[in-house]
Amino acid sequence: MAEYNSLQRSQSISKPPTAGDMLANRAFRVLTLVFTWSIVLLLAYILYKIGGRAIPAVKEYGLGMLVGTTWDVNARTFGILPEIWGTLYSSLLALILGGFFGVSIAIFLTQNFLPRILETILRSIIELLAAIPSVVYGLWGIFVLIPIIRPVADFFNTHFSWIPFFSTSLSGPGMFPAALVLSIMILPTVAAISQDAFRAIPHKITEAAYGMGTTRWEAILRVMLPTAAGGIFGALVLGLGRALGETMALAMLVGNSNQISLSVFAPANTLAALLALNFPEAGDTEISVLMFAACVLLLITLLVNMLGALIINKTGIKR
Amino acid sequence: MKRRIRTLCLYILVFSMLYCTSLWAAPQQTKQADLSGAGATFPAPLYQHWIKQFAESSPGFTISYDEVGSGEGIKRFLAGKVDFGASDTAMSDTEAQGAKHGVQFVPATAGTVVLAYNLPGVDQPLRLSREVYVDIFLGVIKMWNDPRIVALNPESKLPSLNITTVTRADSSGTTWAFSNHLKAISPRWHDAGFTAAKKMNWPGNAMAVNYNEGVANRIRHSWGAIGYVEYGVAKRTGLAMAELENKAGHFVVPSVTSGMAALANNAGELPDNLRMFFPDPIGQDSYPIITYTWLLLPKTNLSPQQGERIKKFVDWCLRDGQKYAEQFDYIPLPEAVSIKARQAVQQVR
Repeated sequence: MAEYNSLQRSQSISKPPTAGDMLANRAFRVLTLVFTWSIVLLLAYILYKIGGRAIPAVKEYGLGMLVGTTWDVNARTFGILPEIWGTLYSSLLALILGGFFGVSIAIFLTQNFLPRILETILRSIIELLAAIPSVVYGLWGIFVLIPIIRPVADFFNTHFSWIPFFSTSLSGPGMFPAALVLSIMILPTVAAISQDAFRAIPHKITEAAYGMGTTRWEAILRVMLPTAAGGIFGALVLGLGRALGETMALAMLVGNSNQISLSVFAPANTLAALLALNFPEAGDTEISVLMFAACVLLLITLLVNMLGALIINKTGIKR
Repeated sequence: MKRRIRTLCLYILVFSMLYCTSLWAAPQQTKQADLSGAGATFPAPLYQHWIKQFAESSPGFTISYDEVGSGEGIKRFLAGKVDFGASDTAMSDTEAQGAKHGVQFVPATAGTVVLAYNLPGVDQPLRLSREVYVDIFLGVIKMWNDPRIVALNPESKLPSLNITTVTRADSSGTTWAFSNHLKAISPRWHDAGFTAAKKMNWPGNAMAVNYNEGVANRIRHSWGAIGYVEYGVAKRTGLAMAELENKAGHFVVPSVTSGMAALANNAGELPDNLRMFFPDPIGQDSYPIITYTWLLLPKTNLSPQQGERIKKFVDWCLRDGQKYAEQFDYIPLPEAVSIKARQAVQQVR
């Protein structure tokens, strides 16, 4: 208390907090606490609501729905295996493409290949990709991308049709254009977090590598990449999480075809696209089934995101 | 920290924008037409034109029509959300039992369903026999250069593309008309476990899209695609349409003329409920896939004002509206059918 009084009397600029400051501080803390918890509650509420609507379907169809392949409203048979397959397949394809380019971009932008100012500009442009609406990606895919990749697809289909991945011709909407657009959509996520991972490498390690006489590429591939591997892996998992839940662009590009095909040119379907297509006029039973599908999608995405967060945490990258 | 602040600003911006949009959209939603209908997309272009023309010739009340597909139209009609429904299947008897105030089917116009396709490099119209197009939609014929298709189209150079069928994802009267036709022309359809339905689990390499316009657009963007779609929509989208083999064994070009021929050859006497299908029309020059499309009116329990409105509008459609049908590629009702339909409308109370 004596100290407090002496502070009050002192002539320095540091002053004790006034009652107003204390109140503002307290109010702010309460407010943030409420907001933080309301996010947790919101998630719980969403799960409760969706799960609640899904219960009739879970009771009636159970886990059989996860392995069924027909979706027939008249026969009341519902299976979402083709959609689960399509979701995972498109996301993995997108991850391979987007991951490769994302990590390459991260290397290019962090390893002094470019002047600092150019690096900043390029980085902003790549981050801008994340701001483009999904439906614009979808339209771009239909009107620009598909005509461009059609000759490529035709070439692979004509010459390599014995490989199951190229066994059908590309009609238009299909797995490959969808995965390609998806890979562009996850690119900003992957590139940004990978860049953080490369930046987090202590300068000493780089110096040590060069000190031992490595060339630039040896340093990047043998030293930097393994050191940043944890963070890059986390970036990939977060990108995968984003790809799994993407809806609009996929609903427009994937072809909405209820089949399981290895061919990347065949039309397919994803869980999110199934929900988007069938919700507008679903009957009671179908809504329950769709909610079940939504739960499955939520669960897959949640697991992937948690895994990503865990990896980033363990490897100690500061975002 | 900087990034977080930026994100926060962005969120605030987005939410304020959303809020503004919802404020702006809200008053529009509350404004309702005096007479509201919903249903089939199949005859929608004609219905919208009727509504416009009717409003000009007899002002006094506004009419709205939501193009949501036959299935949803029936659902909204049964739930009492609209004053009239519209469906290409009328209603099944079980569905009709669910109507609290009864239902009067009124055939409003007729139309043809065509098989539209996208085959680059094929200029000659494609000819498809009855067996072949059943097998295409069953997923049995998988390639465009299948010998059975080549045999029917010797002058065309068919590409080695996979066949992708384009079908309706929503509950649709067009699907019903087409599957009812397939069921009638081939036992294979039934043997494969399929029947006539508004919504189907299509076999093979089938894409599913919402609405007639959606199917037409999907075909336009997909090489090697073939799908069933209403004639006018296919025509306006600029799609090629296949010549189909009819019951008499002739290949018929889809057109209003061949549709009118089919209707003239098969219209006969309408049953009392005015519901009649032509799954496989007879006649040399009849186009094989044709259907009436119906307005669904509640039989009783209308307020006198709403009753008068509905009667006035529907009677106008059946009398003066018919002359617009051809312009929109539909088939005007034969006189006998139109008279019977107008009598039925007057029964509505």
